[in-house]
Amino acid sequence: MHDPLLTVHDFSIVYDVDPPVQAVKNVTLELQRGEILGLAGESGCGKTTLAYGLQRLLRAPAVIASGSVTFHDASGVDIDVNALDVEEMRRFRWDKISMVFQGAMNALNPVTTIGAQLDDVFRVHRPELSRRERRAACEELLELVAVGRERIRSFPHELSGGMRQRVMIAMALALRPQLMVMDEPTTALDVLVQRDILRQISMLRHEFGFSVIFITHDLPLLLEISDRIAVMRGGEIIELAPARELWEHPQHEYTKTLLASFPRLTGERGVLVR
Amino acid sequence: MTTLEFVNVSKRYRVRGASTMLALDDVSFTLHDRETIALVGQSGSGKSTIAKILTQLETPTSGEVLLNGKPIPRHGRGLRSYRQTLRMIFQDPFGSLNPCHTIRYHIERPLRLDNVVPQNETETEVRRLLERVRLDADAVIDRRPHELSGGQRQRVAIARALASRPSLLVADEPVSMLDVSIRLGVLNLLADLQREEGLGVLYITHDLATARHFSDQIMVLHQGRVVEHGPADDVILHPQHEYTRELRSASPDPEKHFATASTRPQGGVA
Repeated sequence: MHDPLLTVHDFSIVYDVDPPVQAVKNVTLELQRGEILGLAGESGCGKTTLAYGLQRLLRAPAVIASGSVTFHDASGVDIDVNALDVEEMRRFRWDKISMVFQGAMNALNPVTTIGAQLDDVFRVHRPELSRRERRAACEELLELVAVGRERIRSFPHELSGGMRQRVMIAMALALRPQLMVMDEPTTALDVLVQRDILRQISMLRHEFGFSVIFITHDLPLLLEISDRIAVMRGGEIIELAPARELWEHPQHEYTKTLLASFPRLTGERGVLVR
Repeated sequence: MTTLEFVNVSKRYRVRGASTMLALDDVSFTLHDRETIALVGQSGSGKSTIAKILTQLETPTSGEVLLNGKPIPRHGRGLRSYRQTLRMIFQDPFGSLNPCHTIRYHIERPLRLDNVVPQNETETEVRRLLERVRLDADAVIDRRPHELSGGQRQRVAIARALASRPSLLVADEPVSMLDVSIRLGVLNLLADLQREEGLGVLYITHDLATARHFSDQIMVLHQGRVVEHGPADDVILHPQHEYTRELRSASPDPEKHFATASTRPQGGVA
């Protein structure tokens, strides 16, 4: 299948400090429509910077030094993300690409209800909706992520970590984006809740057909949920392969090292060496 | 020979006045030196309550904790000597070291307080301990915690725990805050120390894969009860209790995934 949603070409990001830090180096990749792309690598390898850079979410001193990001909209129009002006960018974000942030459990505003925070998305991006329609949409979202409409007036602290995470996913889902970027969405959760949320994401993806860029350093987890995996180190993508291929025949030494930093759950005692 | 016993320990917390919450329900186990027990369970299962009772930060509502057959003193010199026998390694190496003090200070304190070595040998002992956790003593001894990486900080925390020459260690999620690429290194270090010093280790975690890798026994805690306890491989490979099976199937396991997923399309979670 060749139906790209996002084409990234020779993309570089530099933190313009003294001396300058090249956080992302000449990344080229193509994300397919409906695909889950895993982005793996250790702390500081540039995976978050890359994900933020794709949506131009970075602030100074980060500078996009080279390259292009093209979004192939479902309508057939190609959007050059780097060329959008401020107003176009505001409308593009969340509508086409949304994001579940790292530490999402603490990303909600503690002093307003989750209903009000979901409502915000619609007020900004869908001003034509009436109050009643917005309310219905928010309730529907909470049902979709299995939090339940009755929690619409809850404050974040009244929800468990897993539920807060679901609310963040609901928010990212609100405008039915074509791409969802998830930055360590389950890292702080325990395994059972994590599995639950992954199932939910996978179900929603089947229902709405969006693509996912899933960032985590948990390689065993990525191997299970991703179609393809990109391994990053020092700002570069050093290996990009379908999950099974990466598992069965990792090409790069570093990928092997990364696999070998996880003990095996079943089978012989030892680490995940291939 | 050191033996620590939990005998029918229950802990009930009072929640907002009248209502109560049973955090531990009739928990019994024995930890010997020279063995590692992993304590696994999800958030809220009571893992940390066990750690708190072990360190005597909480007292059991009923039941007893015995060290070598004797109850643990509640205060005074007895409690202090108990805490010298059992040391704790905390989850967050960013929070468990004092940012105002040097690494030397952190390790000197237990040495002086517990009179482990004569005063004039303190410096040598601090250096020995740092080398023991495979840190370059010259490079780190005069630094403060913020100048070290997470992995280095956790090594300092381990050196500090070892300073009093304990026979038991409680490690509460010791690597979950560290980057994946260095987790295994810190765990391997702990395992080496455990073997070489003959320590008894209680390894608290929710990661089944490392629990299996580093422990002789695994104890599964669910809603304050021990639902399964046995040799590590038995518990993981042939789980008896429903809850253990649930935990196991929720843990990522690429080997099983690729062995069973060959017939269905890639991506997504079944």
